[in-house]
Amino acid sequence: MFKILKYSFFDLMRSRWSYVYFLFYLLLGFVLLFLNNDVSKAIITLLNIIIVIVPLIGTIFGIMYYYNSREFTELLLAQPLKRTTIFLGQYIGLSVSLSLSLLLGLGIPFLVYGLFESSEIWNFASLIIVGVFLTFIFVALAMNIALSNENRIKGFGYAILVWLFMAVIYDGLFLISLMLFNDYPLDKFSLIISMFNPIDLSRILILLKLDISALLGYTGALFNKFFGTNWGMFISFFVLSCWIVIPAWIIVYKSMRKDF
Amino acid sequence: MIEITNLYKNFAKVEVLKGINLEIKKGGIFAILGPNGSGKTTLIKSILGMVIPRSGEIFINSTNIHNKWDYRKNINYLPQIANFPNNLSVIELIDMIKNLREKPTNDIELIELFALKPFLDKKLRNLSGGTRQKVNIVLAFMFDSEMLILDEPTTGLDPVSLIKLKKMIQLEKEKGKTIIITSHIMSFVEEIADEVVFLLDGNIYFKGTIAQLKSQTQQTNLELAIAGILTENNV
Repeated sequence: MFKILKYSFFDLMRSRWSYVYFLFYLLLGFVLLFLNNDVSKAIITLLNIIIVIVPLIGTIFGIMYYYNSREFTELLLAQPLKRTTIFLGQYIGLSVSLSLSLLLGLGIPFLVYGLFESSEIWNFASLIIVGVFLTFIFVALAMNIALSNENRIKGFGYAILVWLFMAVIYDGLFLISLMLFNDYPLDKFSLIISMFNPIDLSRILILLKLDISALLGYTGALFNKFFGTNWGMFISFFVLSCWIVIPAWIIVYKSMRKDF
Repeated sequence: MIEITNLYKNFAKVEVLKGINLEIKKGGIFAILGPNGSGKTTLIKSILGMVIPRSGEIFINSTNIHNKWDYRKNINYLPQIANFPNNLSVIELIDMIKNLREKPTNDIELIELFALKPFLDKKLRNLSGGTRQKVNIVLAFMFDSEMLILDEPTTGLDPVSLIKLKKMIQLEKEKGKTIIITSHIMSFVEEIADEVVFLLDGNIYFKGTIAQLKSQTQQTNLELAIAGILTENNV
């Protein structure tokens, strides 16, 4: 599997889009830092961007990479390789290269600005960790969609729809439900609902880490009580891991049954 | 040796293979013929494990290939359409496949034979159809494997390369290998095949030598014999 991973990784590292993605983060990092002039404020702004952009890029790259590397995949399928090896190798290769673009693109400006001297290093680290999680999650979801749709346009459409649902529509529905059931105790409900959307979960994790949860009022206090503890952290990361493992497992399952 | 029993395959509602029973003996050149869409490529891809049959079994050297992968160590495959990862150069692609299979190769001789040296550092997307096919052939012939599966090997080749290809196929045959070929060029098939199987509509219409096929259809020419079968069956 390592060989496939390596090939996918280097294949992507040489493609123009990885650089575009890297340069985008580089630029974003520098601009935010020099406009805000404050690491912690920059991190908050960055959070809002990362939580939306990372899943979007993961989705688009995941779907494009699968469709573009179909020839490569077919070539590999005729070689003495397990299907699991081929598909997981490609999945991990893609996710790692995107994560690296994120890490380097944001890491460099923050290092230049003096991240290590500031107390924000852990907040920055958790931002990157969440970004990496989101990359792995959305690449896996996109590859699942690509595997089930031969038609590229359809696949692309579905993938964007999934991203839109998770990033925007889900929150809308969530808010509507909170308004509708205003008379009932909703703490547990909202806690559970936020678990089912990796974007929401990531946002909450970072917000609580940044100690601005006081702004969130009562719900924030409740969330803090839950997520602030080690147990809450553990549960959240466990759920995020499930968001990676389950789609990745479905990739394997689907690829075993697909014709090429 | 390949043994196929009751092989069925459908793509959505289209039934492509309808109960194929076939035995391919070790050694010799075996041609799979049939009109467009008769299931030739599907049959080949089932043997390679790229297409998963709906039912039926395929045995290679008495092992069921279902969900196996290491049997492909002994198979070289030349796909019909030479689709390669576009942003690799020729030499990178060859090295990659060598690295993946970890078997001794004679790629240098083959590159020499097909005069591919000037193209080695070119990207695959910039190659002409014929040159791509030559790269395809190098990839398929560079390993020493028991079995070769060639799907339309003549596509896009100039006459000189075609002669070289025929020679290579004969050489491999002399080494006692099993070679499975599909082709629409009947003169090519007539020249090299020891045995043919004719697929029609997902079934085996005929299996035997070319001489048998000719006598059965009372034709002196393979092309006419095949055309006769096709018009008879309103294809």
